[in-house]
Amino acid sequence: MIRLALLLVALALPAAAQEQIVAGMSQNRVSITADFDGSEILIYGAVKRAGPPPEGVGPLEVIVTVQGPSTPVTVRRKDRVAGIWLNNAEVRVDSAPSFYAVATTGPLDHILSDTDNLRHAITIERVIRAVGITQEADRAGEFLLGLLRVRTDEGRYRVLQGKVELTEETLFRTDVILPANLTEGEYKVRLFLLRDKRVIAHQERVIGVRKEGLERWIFNLAQEEPLIYGLLSLVLAAVAGWGASAAFRLVRA
Amino acid sequence: MQLYLPIAEVSVNAFLLLGLGGIVGFMSGMFGVGGGFLITPLLFFIGVPPAVAVATGANQVVASSVSGVLAQLRRKGVDFTMGWVLLVGGIVGSAIGIWVFRLMTAAGQVDLFVQLSYVIFLGLIGAMMFQESLRSLLRARKPGAPIRRAHVHSWVHGLPFKMKFRASGLYISVIPPLAVGALVGFLAAIMGVGGGFIMVPAMIYLLGMPTKVVIGTSLFQIIFVTAFTTVMHAVTSQTVDMMLALLLILGGVVGAQIGTRVGMRLKAEQLRILLSLLVLAVSVRIAVDLLLEPSELYSVAGALP
Repeated sequence: MIRLALLLVALALPAAAQEQIVAGMSQNRVSITADFDGSEILIYGAVKRAGPPPEGVGPLEVIVTVQGPSTPVTVRRKDRVAGIWLNNAEVRVDSAPSFYAVATTGPLDHILSDTDNLRHAITIERVIRAVGITQEADRAGEFLLGLLRVRTDEGRYRVLQGKVELTEETLFRTDVILPANLTEGEYKVRLFLLRDKRVIAHQERVIGVRKEGLERWIFNLAQEEPLIYGLLSLVLAAVAGWGASAAFRLVRA
Repeated sequence: MQLYLPIAEVSVNAFLLLGLGGIVGFMSGMFGVGGGFLITPLLFFIGVPPAVAVATGANQVVASSVSGVLAQLRRKGVDFTMGWVLLVGGIVGSAIGIWVFRLMTAAGQVDLFVQLSYVIFLGLIGAMMFQESLRSLLRARKPGAPIRRAHVHSWVHGLPFKMKFRASGLYISVIPPLAVGALVGFLAAIMGVGGGFIMVPAMIYLLGMPTKVVIGTSLFQIIFVTAFTTVMHAVTSQTVDMMLALLLILGGVVGAQIGTRVGMRLKAEQLRILLSLLVLAVSVRIAVDLLLEPSELYSVAGALP
């Protein structure tokens, strides 16, 4: 397996040496403040070549992926039991990203081969490592599809085919919208150059997403001093309750 | 105005939250229920994760109950003796409820268990209240009809350990209030609510308390139950969202004050008929969810970082 991988890397090297990615991003950190309502990241770049574009090969294609922090998740399916719909079966998925966007210059199945998708884990199905779930439920594939559907509906998983603009096989750019329900952590940005359905160069960047200001303070207090946080919430509630009562009495008097 | 909630990790409209809090506070002030059975499903609906919705809902109920109790206090609508007795029963019941909840979680059917208890208890209590209050409303329309006594002497009055509840004008055994408190505490722990919607009818029909002190006493007890729940959630799962709670509270306390005043204008029968309809509506809504095929059969359970 490792030998096969090495061989593939060796085969890919000559092409990779010819064309390389020079990339940039409009920002490499996102601050979640109280008025955070999603963020748009511009990812752009150019293809660096030693000489003129190679001849006798297919057109250049670009794929950009943005991947949020991953966690294990449980996918449950409802079934009708005695007339009532209830959670009847579940499958544990070892690792699923909280956010994943794939932007491409064209339809994925036209520009990317299965082998390279497997090797670089580009599509969301490949990213989700679902190791051993087949033993847990007889229709694990359906659970995986269910997971993809639910998260796509939530705007967490996006496939943006044809959303990367490529000019003269040299300059490319794409906008990736990070949704308002963003999770804190490191967001991995990957850029791939492809020809003839094969990856010829790739690069990785990181966007740091962090809560700032009041959001940071509340979150830290809740995590580090939960008892104080809980009591503070109560005091807040009691004071607000008393305050409203007193204010209304003043208004009436 | 969009606002990002630090614990729930979603961005929602601040005015929507103020409005939600206001509506639930209004109900709470008018009927003497904490509003937990309304706020939690409403928060699910706007996309707040269930664990955060339950915990933060409890925190909001503390505020609206404090506001409501203070309003009731001025019109001498709180029976403190009864409140403490109910609370003692409530704590015992709540401890048992938490234990049963753990057993159900281990069995993997806690969602169904919670939903079924909502349907059964809300449906049962709503139907009972509706039938009773409709009958007394019709009776009030017919002058000259025989007047039924406020509370009839029954086996309840034969029990030992009698105690004087001055504000309620009752001299009864402490056993029924303790049992009512325990039942409410048990259900509250299972359903994640303050339990006012069970407490209010239980006080009226089981204990025979006058409607005047029922709402204040119920709110008084709810403050402590929900305060306990809030701190427990904050410590064990860090799911109380202060920002979310603050907005719900701001709307809620104002709503509770208005609700209390509107409630004072309405007749007791009208109030009970409205509350019973509300309780029935929530029960039917949850029952429909259980019976109709959901549009999405799959669900993804939390565990976001």
